[in-house]
Amino acid sequence: MCLAVPAKIISLEDSVAEVDLNGTTYKASIMLTPEAKVGDYVLLHTGYAIQVIDEKDALETLEIFKQMEML
Amino acid sequence: MNFIEEFRNSQSGRTLLEYINKRSTKPARFMEFCGGHTVAIFRYGIRQLLPPHIEMLSGPGCPVCVTSTADLDKVIALSRLTEVIICSFGDLLRVPSSRQSLLEVRAEGADVRIVYSTMDALEIARQNPAKKVIFVGIGFETTAPTIAASVIQARNQGLDNYYVMSLHKITPPVMRAILDAGETRLSGIICPGHVSSITGSNAWEFIPKDYHLACAVSGFESLDILYCVKSLVDQVEDKTPRLDVSYSRAVKPEGNLAALKIMDEVFDICPANWRGIGILPESGLCLKPEFAAFDAEKNFEIKLSEPSRETPGCLCGEIIKGTRTPLECKLFSKVCTPENPVGPCMVSSEGTCAAYYHYGGKLG
Amino acid sequence: MDKTKILLAHGSGGRLTHDLISKYLVQSLSNPLLNKLDDAAVFKTGGNMAFTTDSYVVSPIFFPGGNIGKLAVCGTVNDLSVMGAVPKYLSLSFIIEEGLDITVLEKIIQSIAAAAKEAGVEIVTGDTKVVNIGKADKIFINTAGVGFIPEELDISGSNAQPGDAVIVSGTMGDHGIAIMAQREGLNFKIAVESDCAPLNGLIADMLKACPRIHVMRDPTRGGLATTLNEIAAQSQVGIELDEESIPVKPAVGGACDALGLDPLYVANEGKLIAILPEEFAPKVLSAMKAHPYGVDSAVIGRVTAKNPSRVSIRTPLGALRILDMQSGELLPRIC
Repeated sequence: MCLAVPAKIISLEDSVAEVDLNGTTYKASIMLTPEAKVGDYVLLHTGYAIQVIDEKDALETLEIFKQMEML
Repeated sequence: MNFIEEFRNSQSGRTLLEYINKRSTKPARFMEFCGGHTVAIFRYGIRQLLPPHIEMLSGPGCPVCVTSTADLDKVIALSRLTEVIICSFGDLLRVPSSRQSLLEVRAEGADVRIVYSTMDALEIARQNPAKKVIFVGIGFETTAPTIAASVIQARNQGLDNYYVMSLHKITPPVMRAILDAGETRLSGIICPGHVSSITGSNAWEFIPKDYHLACAVSGFESLDILYCVKSLVDQVEDKTPRLDVSYSRAVKPEGNLAALKIMDEVFDICPANWRGIGILPESGLCLKPEFAAFDAEKNFEIKLSEPSRETPGCLCGEIIKGTRTPLECKLFSKVCTPENPVGPCMVSSEGTCAAYYHYGGKLG
Repeated sequence: MDKTKILLAHGSGGRLTHDLISKYLVQSLSNPLLNKLDDAAVFKTGGNMAFTTDSYVVSPIFFPGGNIGKLAVCGTVNDLSVMGAVPKYLSLSFIIEEGLDITVLEKIIQSIAAAAKEAGVEIVTGDTKVVNIGKADKIFINTAGVGFIPEELDISGSNAQPGDAVIVSGTMGDHGIAIMAQREGLNFKIAVESDCAPLNGLIADMLKACPRIHVMRDPTRGGLATTLNEIAAQSQVGIELDEESIPVKPAVGGACDALGLDPLYVANEGKLIAILPEEFAPKVLSAMKAHPYGVDSAVIGRVTAKNPSRVSIRTPLGALRILDMQSGELLPRIC
């Protein structure tokens, strides 16, 4: 449930961001993620950014998968 | 990097599956709480690739499926008022109430509009000052903050024709209710990833603590789900039930504090009517008294022309609790199909019955 | 009288109708049969004739990559062409809502003329009606078309054979997503255009490479998945697809992810599916890739004797699962 997709904030004005996902731009309110800034990846759900994605953590998780493959 | 493709890497997926198949020896039954997980698991073909002694069971995490017929009847009644524009997410349009769906009442002339966001509903309210716009709020903790945000925006903009019919529910209470009922023997729970983005993974600590079940919070891409299943298998094999946050890039222990604050500002927790389960105390969200001006229940007289009824034989309630599967329902695929749905589990795009119908066909 | 808008009088057969026909329709679509302006177009035929019709009610009427007029020509041309027919003549009927801007109608007619020219077809007969405001959504178009099938061809949905290769001519889901992006309430700017295009040129090249193509169809409403299910049922065969081989534009995939849609169920208006004996697949694929409307062509699966009437798909993880028909309208979802 709760379809949410990662999208990158490409511009921000007041509390409305333009986010990009694979070349499509969506409008997203950042009322729920006021700390979000341009360049952040956010989870987009029904036109709102509901969480900022921790890129460092994402890369660490992907690294874990890579390590598993080498075993 | 787009954080989607990388988490669908099939090579890593096959590595995780190899691990799971090697590591898992004990029979296990995992409940995927979330309808979105049920669908993803079917779509990626994960069911067939897990060891045969691991059983995946669907849970109640489908906001449309747990909406009671009585609540939907109220929405239909409101849609018939000439001054009303109903705004709804697409998910709800085809769900049958006691007599008809929103789609059918729209065909009779009711002004029912599909929106992608509450922001669209606010815009419709602004553009139609003579009309009363009622937004039908379905969804769990992922979606409820966006409705709360819309109410605050309506107040700040002085909109006097925007209302919310809150059918929102919160998730930990229903999980507890299902576990307390003890009707399904589970080994572990796949916790909803996006709900947890808001609530925080701490909201699920009670699962290993009070029920000694394996527990992991999962995202929705194939690697996220497999990583979560790997964790559950490890927990089961090691007999170390704990809360694992496999979706750590989007889920913090404390969740999204700004979203929780906005929810808290607008909503009170109140009893809610869960289809198939009944009324659970402290499991729903209703607008606080100071936002009464935006509360559809308080501003419209909802007259139901007849008592609500559900079709006999519909097992949706049992299926949501994980006590039965669609295959055990006499109506499944014979009377109840996506074109002719009897209950919401068949009509919701992430309903268990719809998932079994679309993806569950046997292949030779 | 407002000379900028279509009035009820334009449809009533009098002077205004004649002005409309001669000034806009005959001017743009001119050809010997049409110019006669008889009640019916008369022509000689011989051999197998294909005959099809479709009505077009798309909203919005203008979208990135085309408009309802272009669609009306391409849709009917394609329905003829996938049967192996060389499309020749089209009829064109309008039902126009009173009050439509004449410049809008003019643009649509110009698109129709351009599409017809590209496809090498002539619009030889037609009709114009105007209805009261609210009785039509700006404009509805119906086209019917005839084409002629060379004797040696036998192309039909019931001809798929176990062992055949399944090929698509390009990326899936472009048209449906381009349209959805224009709808009210879905606030996104997508860098994807409708793929609306006449495919008879591409098909001619394909048939030159292999006259023994068994099935061709354009996956419009319901998308690739629904169309393949129809063919599987007609031919009483199974179809097995490889998900990773199916071309989808990243922008379309992303939009589908965001809206909860599956590109395999989203409509296409300039793509085709071809099912043909395996040994001709490399040659036909080459011919397709050399054509501007087939650059992204790919082999996406096989016809099998197993699981007749069912379409199955091998997921990237390696599992084989059912790919069902679409049920109901494709609605964006949040759950």
